[in-house]
Amino acid sequence: MTATAIEHGREHDHAADDHHHTGEIDLPTYQEYTRRNRLGMWLFFASEAFLFLALLVTRFYLWRGPHGEVVRPELDQFAGLVVTAVLLLSSYFMNRAEVSIANDKRTDFLASLLITAALGTAFLVGVVVWEWGMFPGIVKGHLKPTDGVFGAVVFGMTGMHALHVLSGVVLILNVWWLGRKGHFSSERHWGVEACAIYWHYVDLVWIFFYPAIYLIGSTIEVPH
Amino acid sequence: MSLFTLGIARGLLGQVLGMVIGMLLTCAVRILLGWEAWAAEPAWTVGSVCSIIGFLLGVGSLDDWLKWTKGIPTPFHHGPPVDKPAWTRYFSVDYNHKVIGVQYTVWGILLLMVGGTVAMIFRTELARSGLQFLGLDLYNSFIGMHGMIMIFAILLGVGGMANYLVPLMIGAEDMAFPRLNALGFWFNVPGSVLLLLSLFIGGWDAGWTAYPPLSARGPIGYQLFFLGVFAIGLSSIVGSLNLLVTILRMRPPGMSLFRMPIFCWAVFATSLLQLTATQLIGTSFLMVSVQRALGMGFFDPRGILGEVSPMVGGGDPVLFQHLFWFYSHPAVYIFVLPGLGIVSELLPVFSRKPLFGYKWIALSSMAIAILGFIVWGHHMFVSGYNDILRIPFMYATLLVAIPTGVKFFSWLGTMWGGKIHFDTPMLFVLGAISVFLIGGLSGPILSTVPTDFPLHDSYFVVGHFHATMFGGFVFPFFAALYYWFPKVTGRMYNETLGKIHFYIMTPAFWVQTLGQMGVGVMGMRRRIADYDPTLGAGQIEAWHMAVTIAGFAIAFGVMLMLWNFFQNAEVGAAAGDNPWRSRSPEWQIPSPIPEHSFPAPVRVVGEPYDYGLADSGYVTTASPGDD
Repeated sequence: MTATAIEHGREHDHAADDHHHTGEIDLPTYQEYTRRNRLGMWLFFASEAFLFLALLVTRFYLWRGPHGEVVRPELDQFAGLVVTAVLLLSSYFMNRAEVSIANDKRTDFLASLLITAALGTAFLVGVVVWEWGMFPGIVKGHLKPTDGVFGAVVFGMTGMHALHVLSGVVLILNVWWLGRKGHFSSERHWGVEACAIYWHYVDLVWIFFYPAIYLIGSTIEVPH
Repeated sequence: MSLFTLGIARGLLGQVLGMVIGMLLTCAVRILLGWEAWAAEPAWTVGSVCSIIGFLLGVGSLDDWLKWTKGIPTPFHHGPPVDKPAWTRYFSVDYNHKVIGVQYTVWGILLLMVGGTVAMIFRTELARSGLQFLGLDLYNSFIGMHGMIMIFAILLGVGGMANYLVPLMIGAEDMAFPRLNALGFWFNVPGSVLLLLSLFIGGWDAGWTAYPPLSARGPIGYQLFFLGVFAIGLSSIVGSLNLLVTILRMRPPGMSLFRMPIFCWAVFATSLLQLTATQLIGTSFLMVSVQRALGMGFFDPRGILGEVSPMVGGGDPVLFQHLFWFYSHPAVYIFVLPGLGIVSELLPVFSRKPLFGYKWIALSSMAIAILGFIVWGHHMFVSGYNDILRIPFMYATLLVAIPTGVKFFSWLGTMWGGKIHFDTPMLFVLGAISVFLIGGLSGPILSTVPTDFPLHDSYFVVGHFHATMFGGFVFPFFAALYYWFPKVTGRMYNETLGKIHFYIMTPAFWVQTLGQMGVGVMGMRRRIADYDPTLGAGQIEAWHMAVTIAGFAIAFGVMLMLWNFFQNAEVGAAAGDNPWRSRSPEWQIPSPIPEHSFPAPVRVVGEPYDYGLADSGYVTTASPGDD
């Protein structure tokens, strides 16, 4: 689903390579293309919102105790808090990258992108190694995917979100690499903006997912 | 010229390679984990995911984006292929919306034929009670296959009409995101291939709705089915996103939203539904898929506490129905809204009168779209969900009759006192209205809880559904094919053959839909291969025979239409620029339309539907200097 994000990554001047238009026809400006791209990006977010809403609905529908009360499985609260903090912090650096390129501070721009990607990767490692326990030799996880609806929903929600974080990290690294080669300018940096709002969006989703998974409801013992 | 000049050949090769690579990858991972190398289900599942990517890489739909990731600029307009014959662009990635529209339409018609053939096979089986030549599993796979292939075909038909027409109708050079547009089409090809392939590795026997727990335990074909639907869903999402941006940002100055051709409103409403609701069928199918593959028990009711509290931690199959119908009910509005838009678009042209109540029609499309989000529960009256949900879903569903009624009365008002020309497209529009009326009137019977109880899962539902689909999509789609055929090809179809097609298909369809409702009332259940011949006082076999014969008559009519188009696409009489004397922008430019549709920016100078008003026009397409 990152195809949309990539569609918006185009940075060069359309007017320059439009061969067929002649005469008095005015070509859309970079600003007009950016407005279209921006609208497309927000529509993409609206679409994705329904995916994440479906997962939230699933969580509240299925995590019920013996008397129908809202419950949650016991998870590593410290791990949840740390990965959440890391992800929130990464949004700050993503924003700093965007502001830097708008002010033509290229060094800050590239450094902020790398810090964002590093924090994003740290989040992924935190989820996969620490919370999922994919490598039981390092950390033993609390739940397995097969542990009834608790395992299914925890792995479904964090997995779908992690997939988005992963695609975001790939995009950020791509933008960083292009930035290093001298792409983007203070006026023309839709690619950076698209990457940034995508990252903030993924971050925002986690702000809803974190309490739904870790905080809301009373804990219930999940036998293995 | 080698076969692999054609993108689609490279794509299919890429799909095969992707499948093989995915399977090998699965085996490799399993060996590393110390498991037995081959396991059919994970191998086919991972293989299918890789096969979709393989197709897209092979066909070249991702080429430009891959260049962007390396910082290589690409031209905005690629134009026709320079070193290949012009026709090859229809078999390869092309970014012109007119080519993509034709690709969508042709692929949609192909799937329509496959789905129709499947229907003819099991209709033949149903003509007599008892089992003649189909086994039970194959019968079940076929009814599900008919349903899902037809859904694909309809989505492709909708995509074809919208992609071809919307940019032309708003005077835009192309869609807002041409590459995304091409990707939207090419997703459909590997999706359809996976769906058809699934039939050969076990099929899937729980019908197109794929309810768990049956779908969670059925054959491997389910995984391919889920991924095929997933690919089509991605196509819907990117396609609708593109249409929304095109409509919102690319209209010429002076074309306010309420001055667009009415079809654009229908597409706008449809796209809003497609953009958002499609995620839900994807999510629900994905959940069943991972339940099968990884044992994640979303819909598996077995709890985790055993005897202590058997329900705690268990999944719920009813949740699947909620998620599934949250898409699949709006889906029927996705199918019919563009068709109803075609009806509203064509009626003024052939009645030579303004469209009656333009704003009401535009807003009724939006009202249907919005209501579409809150009526899914009427599919679940007998699912065992909380009783208290039934009444609100019943009333919400009945409310849909209001905007639909607005459309009907507007159509009558448009025709009233008009100088009606009964050309083939107009005949199909009138056919659509009559058939959609049958579908519409049988709707409230099913949405009312007490009458739904005895009719639920009966053939009455099948009759109602086919009437809405034929009235809302098939008849208007055929009207659109006849109507815009001269614009696309520059040639006229054979009017007599077109009329014969209409006069065969319309009565045949009335017999089919009323016959289906009739056997439903007699007690025929949907989705069963055999039935009791004594039902309906022994009349049910005769009714089934009539439905089967009507089905074959419809198939014959469709073949007639395709033969008509095939015959006349190259050698028919020249159609001229505007054979229907339409005011819409696409008819003010040559047929067939040149590579760049409009010689100069379109300017809006009047209202879209002021037919009969002397010396008035809707748009001008000439340069200002030419006035």
